[in-house]
Amino acid sequence: MKGSKLPIACDADNRLEVVLPDNVHPTSISRTVRLGTERLRRLYPIVILAIVLLLVIPAALEPFRLGLVGKYLCFAFCAVGLVLAWGYGGILSLGQGIFFGLGSYIMAMYMKLEATSADPAAAVFGAGGPPVPDFMTWNSVDTLPWWWAPFEHVWFALPAIVLLPSAAAFALAYAIFRKRIGGIYFSIVTMALASIFVLVIIGQQGYTGGTNGITNLPTFLGYSVQSDQAVYTLYYVSAGLLILTILAGTFVLKSRLGKVLIAIRDQEDRVRFSGYDPAMFKAVIFAIAAAFSAVGGALFTLQLGFASPSISGIAPSIEMVIYTAVGGRLSLIGSVYGALLIGGAKSLFSEQFTNGWMYFMGALFIVIPMFLRTGLAGLVSLVSHKKVRAS
Amino acid sequence: MSVDMLLSQIFNGLSLFTILALMAIGLAIVFGLMGVINMAHGELMAMGAYMTYLTSVIFSRWLPGVMGASFLVGIVVAFLTTAAFGLLLETVMIRHLYKRPLDTLLATWGVSLILQQVFRQVFGPINVSVPTASWLQGAWSPMPGLDLPLARVFIIALTLAVALGVYLFLFKSRWGLRIRSVMQNRAMAGAAGINTARVDAVTFAVGCGLAGVAGSALTMIASTGPATGQQYIVDAFIVVVFGGVESLIGTFVSAFMIGQMQSLFEMPFSGSMAKAAILLLVIVALYFRPSGLFSIKVRR
Amino acid sequence: MSQRMILGVEDLSVSFDGFKAIDALNFYVEEKEIHVVIGPNGAGKTTLLDMICGKTKPSAGSIRFKGLNLERMLEYQITRAGVGRKFQNPTVYEDLTVAENLEISYPHKRNPLGCLFFRRDAVVLEEMRRIADLVFLTDEMNRKAGQLSHGQKQWLEIGMLLMQDPQLLLLDEPVAGMSARERERTGELLKRIAEGRSMVIIEHDMEFVKSVAHKVTVLHQGKKLAEGSMDRVQNDPRVIEVYLGS
Repeated sequence: MKGSKLPIACDADNRLEVVLPDNVHPTSISRTVRLGTERLRRLYPIVILAIVLLLVIPAALEPFRLGLVGKYLCFAFCAVGLVLAWGYGGILSLGQGIFFGLGSYIMAMYMKLEATSADPAAAVFGAGGPPVPDFMTWNSVDTLPWWWAPFEHVWFALPAIVLLPSAAAFALAYAIFRKRIGGIYFSIVTMALASIFVLVIIGQQGYTGGTNGITNLPTFLGYSVQSDQAVYTLYYVSAGLLILTILAGTFVLKSRLGKVLIAIRDQEDRVRFSGYDPAMFKAVIFAIAAAFSAVGGALFTLQLGFASPSISGIAPSIEMVIYTAVGGRLSLIGSVYGALLIGGAKSLFSEQFTNGWMYFMGALFIVIPMFLRTGLAGLVSLVSHKKVRAS
Repeated sequence: MSVDMLLSQIFNGLSLFTILALMAIGLAIVFGLMGVINMAHGELMAMGAYMTYLTSVIFSRWLPGVMGASFLVGIVVAFLTTAAFGLLLETVMIRHLYKRPLDTLLATWGVSLILQQVFRQVFGPINVSVPTASWLQGAWSPMPGLDLPLARVFIIALTLAVALGVYLFLFKSRWGLRIRSVMQNRAMAGAAGINTARVDAVTFAVGCGLAGVAGSALTMIASTGPATGQQYIVDAFIVVVFGGVESLIGTFVSAFMIGQMQSLFEMPFSGSMAKAAILLLVIVALYFRPSGLFSIKVRR
Repeated sequence: MSQRMILGVEDLSVSFDGFKAIDALNFYVEEKEIHVVIGPNGAGKTTLLDMICGKTKPSAGSIRFKGLNLERMLEYQITRAGVGRKFQNPTVYEDLTVAENLEISYPHKRNPLGCLFFRRDAVVLEEMRRIADLVFLTDEMNRKAGQLSHGQKQWLEIGMLLMQDPQLLLLDEPVAGMSARERERTGELLKRIAEGRSMVIIEHDMEFVKSVAHKVTVLHQGKKLAEGSMDRVQNDPRVIEVYLGS
């Protein structure tokens, strides 16, 4: 449109729009067609992702492999959240594992209580009160702690998966950002918190299952989560929820909220003089990222049948960052491919050349930040731009 | 609780303090002065520990006669190796990322992963330990009922000596003057004829070398494994931030406090809960004093 | 404080490391007044604006604006109350387009939820177009702000202020780095947008000051040296001494 004499403006979706002179009727056909194809073009990446996730992968893989991909998808939730928080909000969280872990543990608590109440042997212990999970009795915790009790209800546990981690994330982030502590300090604080989270879980074995985590979780709402049937169902649920998450993230980024975030990332001090409270916005985006991670964590427990501190610590939290970095820190969809590729590579390496894995990961951590900051998404857009220019 | 027990706990805290302080001083130079987040600092410490181990192995095989000197030589070897590695790291990587602290963090994490795997393949997955030199065996009893292992007394002295050395280097030497001038005003220092790129490289190398010395000291109180660095990195960062990133004294005092707290908290709590409690305490303290314990108010 | 007063700064002081940047200053702005602050470097002009808009907290004194005590408020609250600030170096959101820069400045529900469901409706679009036209940027709406020339960035920042619809504008050297032609256009622009608003402007260009100022205050070492019309200030012997003598 550049070079045209017609004034150009933006419409609500941030698309180019020709402001037509008064005497031209705005329902000019060519304009409608152009905007129509434009809108369709924008949908391509998400449609392709949906086809890959919902049709190609389930058709191509046997249940065992599909289960693995389902696991990678759980981490993709964290990666999508990090695009919002890090790519657009400039907040590099090295503690997404905390929220992943919270979601995972909340789901595990519900499933553990379900399994315990279904197990006649367990009822022997909680004399008089509700039945007590096996690992508690092993650690001589004889009554169910009060804060465990509400999680026996699915109507409490499911909302809690989203609400508890995001509320915790919001409170923490708002308190810190209000003090104008940010950047690298926030990263170090989240890293320390991830460390604390794991230490507490390990230290409070009687209530959390300690290093082993919470295991033996065979059912959810009475359905087995271990059958081949369940692998497919849970895979589709994960993929479906992930696509919904991406759509929600897209909605956030396309809205004025997304633009304020970019403004905060680039000129935080100036944003205050546009009348915004940056701490509030950063805390909100951090809470949204935490909620995404928590959903991933809950799905992880459903698919893998356990919750454990091993997926919450510093190393897994930083690994989530590299998923996002590989896929492209500014691309919601790219980050999903990042999580899938690295997850796939990890499985490949662990089966074929165990020693190579750490070198491969290490190299990724070095190469992407140094030479490919926009990740795969940046590479793709570079290639497609060149094509456009060539044609 | 008896006085003896308390004293020995305090002494245990001092041992931890030496490791934290040596690590954190190196980190404070790299992070506080240069603003570089080096996530591989823990692995550099492990590298120093492995170098000390290697030195002792070489001595016991070929120079058993002067085995007593092996630890002292080990410290020097550890410092030189890690400093040389730091120089390399600065030249090929850090230098290109100075304006992007978050990217530096990720890239150095990559280095730490690679180093861990190298350690695992070269030295094996099982922890190795360095035999204590004969002149460091035994204990010093300043009062009846209190036995202080000589090896630990030695590393406390080593820590104090290193701290003094760093102080003299930074504040009394010509190199220190160059470093401080570059950190305060890069453009001015460059205009005054200082080779700022070289100063950066040397500063980073010295910081890394100190991690190596920390590794040597560590061999006196614990064994070394591929994951050793990971165990200390968060604590070291917390020590630096808690002390106020630009203050060496602050780093020293904060290492002392955290070491003591860890040791004292371990009495009522389990080890992991003690560590969690300390990290939490430090985060809360930082919340109320964001620029650390020993920061000076400056005009912003 | 008279009825027509919009801003009243009284006994305002601030010091940095013992250096008094502003020393017991009294300073008033009337409604619809273009009030220019001049003074040599280090006189405390920018510091004064910083304190009015909340960037720097005063160590003593009060800043009253429409019955509010600005010295107790945060930057974004002061902005929402109707004070707009333009910085010395133009600060616009370089990764956003001109249109998006203006959109962000539109004063509507500046909380996360409000932003999430904000739509660019006809009213907003109309306002964006009107302001873009006013600051000579109609043809640049879809360009990234980072690609604009220095003068255009200055205009965009003024446009962003206008979107905020403040009653008091604080402008720090609005014509710095502009060509003669751009200065002239900016002078006209400021006069046009001054209708219904008050302004405090810091400027060194005396021709420009002469052409826009209703009232001039001369600061020197954190204190008020002289105040009044441009003519009166120019002929004040103390002012002449500070600028030319010593």
